[in-house]
Amino acid sequence: MRGSRFVLVSYIVFLLLPIYWLVNMSLKTNTEITGPLTLFPHELTFDNYIKIFTDSSWYMGYVHAVQYVVINTVISVTLALPAAYAFSRYRFVGDKHLFFWLLTNRMAPAAVFALPFFNLYQAVGLFDTVWAVALAHCLFNVPLAVWILEGFISGVPREIDETAQIDGYSFPHYFVKIFIPLIGNGIGVAAFFCFMFSWVELLLARTLTAVEAKPISAIMTRTVSAAGMDWGLLAAAGVLTIVPGAIVIYFVRNYIAKGFALGRV
Amino acid sequence: MEKPFNNRAWFMVLPVFIIVAFSAILPLMTVVNYSVQDTFGNNQFFWNGIGWFKELLDPSSELGGRFIDAMFRNFLFSFLILLIEIPLGIAVALAMPRQGWTVSVSLVLLALPLLIPWNVVGTIWQVFGRTDIGLLGWGLTSLGIDYNYVSGVLAAWITIIIMDVWHWTSLVVLLCYAGLRSIPDAFYQAARIDGASRWAIFRAIQLPKMSRVLVIAVLLRFMDSFMIYTEPFVVTGGGPGNATTFISIDLVKIALGQFDLGKAAALSLVYNLIILTVCWVFYTVMTHYESKDGRARP
Repeated sequence: MRGSRFVLVSYIVFLLLPIYWLVNMSLKTNTEITGPLTLFPHELTFDNYIKIFTDSSWYMGYVHAVQYVVINTVISVTLALPAAYAFSRYRFVGDKHLFFWLLTNRMAPAAVFALPFFNLYQAVGLFDTVWAVALAHCLFNVPLAVWILEGFISGVPREIDETAQIDGYSFPHYFVKIFIPLIGNGIGVAAFFCFMFSWVELLLARTLTAVEAKPISAIMTRTVSAAGMDWGLLAAAGVLTIVPGAIVIYFVRNYIAKGFALGRV
Repeated sequence: MEKPFNNRAWFMVLPVFIIVAFSAILPLMTVVNYSVQDTFGNNQFFWNGIGWFKELLDPSSELGGRFIDAMFRNFLFSFLILLIEIPLGIAVALAMPRQGWTVSVSLVLLALPLLIPWNVVGTIWQVFGRTDIGLLGWGLTSLGIDYNYVSGVLAAWITIIIMDVWHWTSLVVLLCYAGLRSIPDAFYQAARIDGASRWAIFRAIQLPKMSRVLVIAVLLRFMDSFMIYTEPFVVTGGGPGNATTFISIDLVKIALGQFDLGKAAALSLVYNLIILTVCWVFYTVMTHYESKDGRARP
């Protein structure tokens, strides 16, 4: 078993090295970064983080990102729940085609949609709001949520539905009071994946915002392309985008694989 | 038990249908509309028929040549990363601890790269690979290796491939690990009694159990790598020259950079059609697996 320990540890070291380097850079001054290479900050500084937390053009980027991610997650999961239930429990005209069509949207390249979305949201007057990004991300998150939830719902025996019906529960009552708690894990996983894919996406978020709703990831690229390179600040902003993900992973660590397999492991 | 037939289920699906149709069909209609027109600006459009498509699929034209080259790079990239990520993912999944606190720690650390915004992934590797301030670039250069991803084609490719391996191998690991966990201990005990070798256990017990998730892993990785945009765009910007310009990078360049709507739209449709075809294969293979060994119960 020593060999396998070695494989795992060296792989994790490989994963952590670039992240370590980013954290390392974020704690350095720019003169130290551009000077001779140092493996840990010799002049420890938190200025980069302080700048982000005190300058509203920076920290508002996080606020915007969190706003549209949350809106998107709520919309996606709420709409997907009844649909997933319908797919799991009933056959109906066009069900297979519809299910497949949903999957194709999960796989559609965002680059294809960037320009039409730009036109569409400008036409409906939502351009440069968090709503535009939240709705745009529904394109791939709603299908994803339907697929994940369908997998989880199919794991709940249909006899439970029937027993509740015999016991005299109305359908909405049953759905909210009994069924939703039963698939709590599934809802958590679906929400996590909507959060994740909305959080990591850049192209649509950048295309659909200009000033008012710019997310942090887009603000970062702006800074990179600007002439003067503020490496420390860039690194600090990067580190702060990793933190939310790292926290959320902990809660769903045992279900991540299931979600990636679209509820089918 | 067969599912009951009930068309009223459509009412439950309707909200999803409406929102996805709003974000998918409506924009796609715009794309179709643009793809058959040309413009000289000023919002004046005129009919161009299938002209753009002809140009796109003709390798001797400027647009067609670009498209074929980019598509070749896309397939090469997807092929290479699958070649590395699938075996590496299996190896790491087999090396995962089976119980104890190390399981949680490993899972969280493994999943970490998956949760980093894609452009930050690009930024991390852009910095990490720089020869002046990056650990990787500096390390390689001081070992005397000529490495510079800004000017060297090979170095640029190696950088984006290692970046993708770093970013996504964990997905393969997590999927395989989930497949491995569904193997009852009794299987291993029986194998030990039979005196089976490590390789025999892998071939006869572990690989078959992983095959289902492996199919999902391969297809997900293929499709996501086929539409990759942000990470190589941030690291190399498609360069040096056009060496790492993938279809989506080219598409965004044509659509949002040059505002060449007709060309971009025709390219979008063909690109989408390729993805759709692959998607159909994915769906068919997956449903085939599900009907063959029954639906896995969570």
